[in-house]
Amino acid sequence: MIKIWSMKKNEDAASKRKPKTSAAQIRVQKDLTELEMPATMKTHFPDPADLLNFTLTITPDEGMYKGGAFKFSFAINTNYPHEPPKIKCTQTIYHPNIDLEGNVCLNILREDWKPVLNLNSVMVGLQYLFLEPNADDPLNKEAAEELRKNREQFLVNVRNSMRGAYIKGVQYDNVQAE
Amino acid sequence: MNGNSSPHEWHGRYYHVDQILDRPGPRTDPSFSAGDVVKDFLRNQCKILVIGAGGLGCEILANLALSGFKDIHVIDMDTIDISNLNRQFLFRPKDVGKPKATCAAEFVMDRVPGVKVTPYYGKIQDKDDDYYMQFNLVICGLDSVEARRWINATLVNLVDPDIPESLKPLIDGGTEGFKGQARVILPTVSSCYECSLDMLNKQTAFPICTIANTPRLPEHCIEWASVLEWPRVMKDKKLDTDDPEHISWLYNTASKRAREFNIEGVTWSLTQGVVKNIIPAIASTNAIIAASCCNEAFKIATSSAAYLNNYFMLIGTEGVYSYTFEHEKRDDCPVCGGQTMDISISRDWTVDRLIEMLVERQDIQIKKPSLSTPTKSIYFQAPPQLEEATRPNLEKKVSELVEDGGEMTVTASSLPFNLSLRVTYT
Ligand SMILES: [Zn+2]
Repeated sequence: MIKIWSMKKNEDAASKRKPKTSAAQIRVQKDLTELEMPATMKTHFPDPADLLNFTLTITPDEGMYKGGAFKFSFAINTNYPHEPPKIKCTQTIYHPNIDLEGNVCLNILREDWKPVLNLNSVMVGLQYLFLEPNADDPLNKEAAEELRKNREQFLVNVRNSMRGAYIKGVQYDNVQAE
Repeated sequence: MNGNSSPHEWHGRYYHVDQILDRPGPRTDPSFSAGDVVKDFLRNQCKILVIGAGGLGCEILANLALSGFKDIHVIDMDTIDISNLNRQFLFRPKDVGKPKATCAAEFVMDRVPGVKVTPYYGKIQDKDDDYYMQFNLVICGLDSVEARRWINATLVNLVDPDIPESLKPLIDGGTEGFKGQARVILPTVSSCYECSLDMLNKQTAFPICTIANTPRLPEHCIEWASVLEWPRVMKDKKLDTDDPEHISWLYNTASKRAREFNIEGVTWSLTQGVVKNIIPAIASTNAIIAASCCNEAFKIATSSAAYLNNYFMLIGTEGVYSYTFEHEKRDDCPVCGGQTMDISISRDWTVDRLIEMLVERQDIQIKKPSLSTPTKSIYFQAPPQLEEATRPNLEKKVSELVEDGGEMTVTASSLPFNLSLRVTYT
């Protein structure tokens, strides 16, 4: 058997036993405790001991979604950061990139996820969706169509939807920030 | 004692292998002791663990047994499916439904006299440190990133500076179609599996808006069924990709959608393949990678030749290209990187006092540390709600939260890696 031990002689730094905290857990701790949270974002942990499940509320202070408070659930599994966190909008909102079930079309949540990205990148990405909704990646086709064809009407629909109005037969949740 | 005493041995059985073991070569390790000593170690003492008895595992088990390893253990949690038989050559149609580990072990023992293969039908997570401690070497032929991360972290954690045998070389093989890799991981010495996590090929994921609006491929329809329709229709019911009824539901749903969009090619097995992320396995790629893993196991066990340092990559998708390089250990690797510090404090110290001490220490240059144990958060600097929830701990004594000799993980933005603290009380 090769003598690996001799290679460790001048290697004292990493030679001690590590605690049995999983790599995913350490990454989540690092991600969470280093979050740069602007005033427009707030996390809520239903169980503060469970770091893997929480909600994020985004209250945009500019753009067409200003005045709303949008809630997303985050579920991180033990294969993080190999796999991205699973994120859903928990309200029914009128947004071209979010469907009525709360699915979110954001490239870094699926096809462009990389382990070097972190929870901060995801949160910034979500916030960006409210500043620049994008008609090219539609999940709510009606909303995307409206944004493309008639920006003024889209704006009116956004305002009304945030107050809980019906738009084209769908009732949206009242998401006005208190 | 070169093995000739056993009834299973016959003259010339190891003639070819012994060409390598009977005399040193130009590149053999200085510690190589040619002849009986090394043969005795390989054939009578060395205990090797094979994780996975699937496509790679069958090849690995056969190669090890034929190159002279005699005490082989194998773990696999799966049973044999009819679709495995084309390449998992230790199994026969009569074995369908039986555990892979058990069948593979029986086959190898029948075929190669004198080899003992001990199977375990279950998860690697069922076994504890004492179990893994008994082996000299571990070879992985797995198709799951999660299982690899687990065994990698387990073997890194096993390393105890006071016990040289606690360092178990890990040889990891993986294949994906015509591509594959073999690597040698010396836990805590060389780059580990977690160090290279960002090098992995991503699972193919399609943009969710494509799936929702403009499906063009059968895979788009299957993903639509599993990612969007399942949660919409089934609400909180969890999708179990091992449940044939769930797969059938997805298959029917995806087929309906495919008809709507005039897409052909949705089949039951494609549905299963997409949702379980099964990559087509090529028997010969498995053979190449398994062979290279077993050569490394042989070289490491016998020190008869220089071993792989440390990453071999095979790319057969566009011609044949292979590349061997030394993947570097990452300082910020959450498994093998970072530092461990022993600190000795009074039982009366509060968490607040400990944090103050950490911040003042010149050798670690830490600002705003967050602390946890493997089971609980001790103090988090952010986000605000967690800071508030853990703030009462600042006044508590460290000794109430962490046992003597217990460990804490420290993270901080000023720290490019994570720091482990081992606390003892005076
Ligand atoms: Zn590492």
